[in-house]
Amino acid sequence: MDGKWLWMILGMGAVTYIPRMLPLVAMKAEGIPPFLQGILKNVPYAVLGALIFPAIFVIHTGDLRHITTGDFLFGLIGGAVAFITAYLGWNIIFVVLSSIAILTLSSALF
Amino acid sequence: MLSHSSAEKVKSGDWWSGVKAGIPIAIGYMPIALTFGLLARTTGLTFAEAAAMSLFVYAGASQFMALQMIAGGTGPLEIILATFIVNIRHFLMTASIGERMKEPSRLKRALIAYGITDETFSVASLNRECVGTSYMGGLIVMAYGTWNVFTWIGYAAGASLPGVLQKSMGIALYAMFIGLVVPSLKKERKALAIFLMSAGLSTLLSFFLSAGWAIVWSTLIAAVAVEILFLRKKSEVDKKQAGGGYGR
Repeated sequence: MDGKWLWMILGMGAVTYIPRMLPLVAMKAEGIPPFLQGILKNVPYAVLGALIFPAIFVIHTGDLRHITTGDFLFGLIGGAVAFITAYLGWNIIFVVLSSIAILTLSSALF
Repeated sequence: MLSHSSAEKVKSGDWWSGVKAGIPIAIGYMPIALTFGLLARTTGLTFAEAAAMSLFVYAGASQFMALQMIAGGTGPLEIILATFIVNIRHFLMTASIGERMKEPSRLKRALIAYGITDETFSVASLNRECVGTSYMGGLIVMAYGTWNVFTWIGYAAGASLPGVLQKSMGIALYAMFIGLVVPSLKKERKALAIFLMSAGLSTLLSFFLSAGWAIVWSTLIAAVAVEILFLRKKSEVDKKQAGGGYGR
C-alpha cells in the first residue's frame, strides 16, 4: 500500500470532518439570536431544494451542461412518481421503492 | 429502578426508530457504495485504501471525485482541497441540526457530527422536531454501516447490481429527498417558498459553479431571503392588527 494515498485519505477525512463538527460542538441552542434561529430552521428546505435540483435531471451524466434526453426523462419520471406517492402520504420506503420499480419497468419496456 | 428501566426503553425505542428511518438511506447508498468499491478497484486502489476512504472520509461525492482525480494524475494536496470545498455545505447542515439538538455533551455532539451527510441530515431534519442522541445513533449506524459494507462488497465482488436495477436505483436518494420534503411543502407556504427559491437558484448557479458551491450559495440566499420576506409580511400584518385594534 502506497503511503502517499493513506495520508491523502486521512487529510480528506479531516477536511470533511471539520465543517461537520465545528458548528455542532461550538454552538449552544440558547445563545442564538431569533433571526439567526429562523434562518437555521429554513436551512433543511433550502438544502433539499438544492440537492434535488438540478441533480435529479443528470443522475447518470452528472453535469447540467451535458444533459441528455434519456437522463432528463429518467429524473422526471422517477421524481414525478416520488412526488405523487409522497403527496398521497405514502410511507417513505414505499415512495422510494415505487420510484425504483416504475423506472425498472419502464426501462425494461422501452 | 422502574423509572430507570422505562427510560432505557424509550431510548432503545428511539434508537430503533433511527435505524428504521435509515432504511431508505440504506437502499440509496447500496448501489452507490457498490459502484464506489468497484471503481476504486479499477482505479488501482488497494482494498485497504478503498475501505479507508469509506471509513474515514464517508462522503459520497468527494470519494468519487477523488477517484477521478487520482486517475487523472492529480496530486494529493489538490484532492484534499477539492474535498474541503465540496464538503463546506455540511457546515450549514450541522449548524441547523445543532440549533435543534438537545444533547449537552460536546463529545457526543462531536461523535454525531461524524455521521452527518446530506442524507442523514435530511432525514433527521424533516422526520423529527427535536433530534435526540439515540435516534441519531441508530440513523447513523444504519447509513454508515451500509456505506462501508457495500464498499467492501463492491471491491471484493468487482461487480455491481444487474444493469437495469443498478441504473434505476440511482433514483433512490432523490426519491427519498422528495418523500421527506413534500409533506412539509404541503403544509407550510414558507417551506414551499424556500424550497422553490433554492431549487431555482441551484439550477441557475450550476451553469457557473461546481455542485458544492451551487448548493452552499442557493441554500444561504434562499434561507436568508425568505426569512426577511416573511418577517416583513408578519410585521405588516401585526401593524394592521394593531391599527385595527387601536385605530381612531
